[in-house]
Amino acid sequence: MLTIRNLHASVEDHEILKGLSLEVKPGEVHAIMGPNGSGKSTLACVLAGKEDYEITEGTITFKGEDLTEMAPEERAREGLFLAFQYPVELPGVSTMQFLKTAVNSIRAHRGQGDMNVAEFLKLMREKADFVNLDHKLMQRSVNEGFSGGEKKRAEIFQMAMLDPQLAILDETDSGLDIDALRVVAAGVNKMRNSERSFVIITHYQRLLNFVVPDFVHILLDGRIVKSGGPELAFELEDKGYDWIKEENGEAIVA
Amino acid sequence: MLTLKPTSDFYSRALLEYDRVFSGDGAPRPFADLRRRGRDAFEALGIPTKRDEEWKHTDIRKAFPSDVSFFDPVALRITLDDVASHSIPGLDGRTIVVVNGVFEPSLSELDGLGEIVITSLRASADAHPELMQAHFGRYAEVGENSFVALNSAFDLDGVFLYVPDGVIVEQPIRILHVIDADKEVIVQSRHLFVFGQNSQARVIETHHARTGSVNSFGNHVTEIVVGRDAVIDHYRVEDEGDNAAQVNTTQVYQQDRSVFSTTTFTFASGLVRNNVNVVVDGEHCESSLNGLYIARGDQHVDNRTLVDHAKPGCNSNELYKGIIYDRATGVFNGKVLVRRAAQQTNAYQQSQGVVLSDDADHYSKPELEIFADDVKCSHGSTTGEIDLDALFYCRTRGISFEDARALLLYAFAHDVVKRVKLEPLRDWLNARIDERLD
Repeated sequence: MLTIRNLHASVEDHEILKGLSLEVKPGEVHAIMGPNGSGKSTLACVLAGKEDYEITEGTITFKGEDLTEMAPEERAREGLFLAFQYPVELPGVSTMQFLKTAVNSIRAHRGQGDMNVAEFLKLMREKADFVNLDHKLMQRSVNEGFSGGEKKRAEIFQMAMLDPQLAILDETDSGLDIDALRVVAAGVNKMRNSERSFVIITHYQRLLNFVVPDFVHILLDGRIVKSGGPELAFELEDKGYDWIKEENGEAIVA
Repeated sequence: MLTLKPTSDFYSRALLEYDRVFSGDGAPRPFADLRRRGRDAFEALGIPTKRDEEWKHTDIRKAFPSDVSFFDPVALRITLDDVASHSIPGLDGRTIVVVNGVFEPSLSELDGLGEIVITSLRASADAHPELMQAHFGRYAEVGENSFVALNSAFDLDGVFLYVPDGVIVEQPIRILHVIDADKEVIVQSRHLFVFGQNSQARVIETHHARTGSVNSFGNHVTEIVVGRDAVIDHYRVEDEGDNAAQVNTTQVYQQDRSVFSTTTFTFASGLVRNNVNVVVDGEHCESSLNGLYIARGDQHVDNRTLVDHAKPGCNSNELYKGIIYDRATGVFNGKVLVRRAAQQTNAYQQSQGVVLSDDADHYSKPELEIFADDVKCSHGSTTGEIDLDALFYCRTRGISFEDARALLLYAFAHDVVKRVKLEPLRDWLNARIDERLD
């Protein structure tokens, strides 16, 4: 599904990813954990195709194709989805219009015609219920005036609408109260299947209590320094990041 | 013979041309005094240059025809089918047609007017002498504005609209302006709308061209009197095509407790200058001035507003938004004047421009002149590019760059459109905005 080899990426000539490698197979859930500044969000942005990020070395292939050659919208149409850490508010853009354009763009790419209005509304209602999203929010502008938790749930709602093959969740759990976290996790679990893969980027282990990953990777200073099973997340929760830093010869900042 | 200054050579030729065209039509020539004052003022003022502060960003001379022709004397070719082609689906109400600045009763819906008066200015001079005496040419100052002066120098036969005291006009009144010419032409129109005390009405002025293939220069003046407690909404839609330049002056006079709004939409055009001047000469009035301009190619759209608060306790609110593509230019200059007596004034003004190319320009300048001490006034002015984070967010959902941009610009424009209170008009405008943003 996704193969990242020796990825180096910079923002404004400042190298953030320094040789990251990762292999995600269909149906797998990978958690990427790391302290602040380790490059977690950069990885998400690079995968989604944000222009400010320059790939200086390495390769990313998605379903056998060179991902770096694709525009952000092509990546989405090919089945990649990014749930943003900070979802963008789009004042005046109705959620309905936005998602209709998105769904139909993806359908067109698959050679399908536009979804009719009745079908579309039905899908919206279904998927909103899926993440307990208040239907009233769908009448509003995209993310505008949503609370932090509503924004995160709205991202999972959008994910459900767009039905991706690979979903990257960028700190979707941060700032969520436990109820909202459960809702988000339930949404992800319901979408889990043998074809769909997830990359869950998180600072904390909490979400992983609800969405049990197949693999956990620890990202430190732009590289994956340790990989393991779900137990690695618990180890991190107990011991914090310092022991990893020590193992990797970094000075510990008190 | 008159001795004419160099700047008014244009005028003397214009006058000859105009008299030639209209000689022998037997129509009365009222307003002789205003004509004279207009002519004198135009001779004194001339056509402004970019050295005039008020015309700093707009080179109006460039758009002014070199070979003066005030009227291309074609027979009336506009048909009811042409009129119908500009209809606004779902909008009830009568349509009044103005061809090359002249009110055309034969194309206008004038049945069942009841107490409302809709007639030509010339006819109204005879039929409603007191109203004309009291209002015509009383608000648009010839002495200060070349184009008002030029307009006033001719006895133009536009629309006189009168809504008597207490009358509510349920259906909106559409005034459809059409330019129809075979060669370069100057088209002037002149209207007077008088809304009586406690009356209510909605007026939609739209500007089109029959073919749009010849150059035209429009110089339009509309005087609007809003009586005590009247509630009036005015809309203007400019969509005459790339070859049409125009200066459009909307001069409004508000009396006590009146509520007035005007919203100007500028779509396909050449050089456009809109002057919207609202004199709030009554207490506890509400005034709302809005505009949306979408300029492409080499278009130049200049909106200039003045809200003159002369009395206490009034609110004014302005929102102008521009979307500028290609090599086009947008200008907004909004002045709010709060006179000494106008205490407890709330004046709010907002101007926003989005510039979509390196060669596109947007100039925005708010001006506040406050002489009263107990007022709340604020203004905001932003010019920028499209929000890249928003664009990226849309694209990560599979939406193409072009569609994402259109979606965001549509939303940007929507802030102005949602101030339009007539739903069919809103739908019609949205459809046109969609095309312009494509």
